[in-house]
Amino acid sequence: MAGLIEVNKDNFDQEVKEANLPVLVDFWGPKCVPCMGLMPAVEEIAARYAGKMKFCKVNTAENRRLAIQQKVLSLPTFLFYKNGELADQLQGEFGPEEIEAKIKAMLGLN
Amino acid sequence: MQEYDIIVVGAGPAGLTAAIYGARSKRKTLIIEKLAAGGQAATTEEIENYPGFPKGITGPELAAMMAEQAKHFGAELLAAKVQGLVIDGARRIVKTNKGDFRAPVVIIASGAAPKLLGCPGELKFRSRGVSYCATCDAAFYEEAQVMVVGGGDAAVEEALYLTKFADKVTLVHRRDSLRAAKIAQERAKDNPKLEIVWNTVVEEIEGGDMVEKVVLKDVVSGGKRTVPIDGVFIYVGTEPNTDWLGGFVETDGQGYILTDENMRTNLPGVYAVGDIRKKPLRQVITAAADGAVAAVHAEKYLEDQLHSV
Repeated sequence: MAGLIEVNKDNFDQEVKEANLPVLVDFWGPKCVPCMGLMPAVEEIAARYAGKMKFCKVNTAENRRLAIQQKVLSLPTFLFYKNGELADQLQGEFGPEEIEAKIKAMLGLN
Repeated sequence: MQEYDIIVVGAGPAGLTAAIYGARSKRKTLIIEKLAAGGQAATTEEIENYPGFPKGITGPELAAMMAEQAKHFGAELLAAKVQGLVIDGARRIVKTNKGDFRAPVVIIASGAAPKLLGCPGELKFRSRGVSYCATCDAAFYEEAQVMVVGGGDAAVEEALYLTKFADKVTLVHRRDSLRAAKIAQERAKDNPKLEIVWNTVVEEIEGGDMVEKVVLKDVVSGGKRTVPIDGVFIYVGTEPNTDWLGGFVETDGQGYILTDENMRTNLPGVYAVGDIRKKPLRQVITAAADGAVAAVHAEKYLEDQLHSV
């Protein structure tokens, strides 16, 4: 079962910035009900795009500074990185459809 | 197309209660929800006025229990986005991004969403210091200075919650008194971290990558001042989520659906419950009550339909 890789301040650069594949980072928190609601769909998407895209998640309750460094101040937020650079993002109200559309755009699929 | 007896659109307290009653009447009941169950209640940190929880309960916990209760009695919960309602004789078809679903009864419980403040900078800094969910985002503002805009229950309750994280919380209200429950008002006045600024509106939100300051205007004197701030939480009321209905269902001037005391809309077999309905009080308990009333009436409607065939 391909889950999302837990990322924190110690491995963020290695897992996200230095990754060979484009990376999706799901910034979530245990008190964020919309985040928890999205999680099963994100895991399902991650399984489908395994090998093409890397899927990480940051528990902001334990990594507040890391989130703020990435200018994440609101949940849920999904950041997309390519070659170590922030390439795209989703914030506010979005669902599995919007997530998949961003992934396809990142991968140049249609 | 899948067929049900009752389709409930929206899994907040109103929709979940309707589903509990519908499922207990042994009606095949589907709840459609685009996000997580709970609606606005799930983004409320502490609910103290719902009977049965003398020490209060968090919104997410209450929402999860209601969803569990609906599922326990056999209601199905589908994660999908509704796109339209079609009336075809005695059938109502709910169109979603996961296909179409048909039932003789549709209960609209798609709720309301936070209203925008409408000032320059609000959208630019949305999720970059502007937030509509203190429960989700408060932890980012530890040791910070934040502002809450509004004067109702939500504004005051969430301002109090934010004092657990922020160094200072400024509640900005355009009038000279609060609408919130007296108990919350007293707590606000007694809280040393909370300051209330009366007769004042936010004119503009400014910053670079993130919110840095707000321009406040005193509505009495007309005087303006700029205040440094790390975050702005907006609680200035709600707007009904009726876009997907395409104008079929009768609403008032603000878009809230008109119903009779049985929660019936102008369309037979179509009910509206909870915050989306024109009503005097929008709370978890009144949402739940609406759901019960609608589901019981819908049961009678379904029986009459059967006998008329």
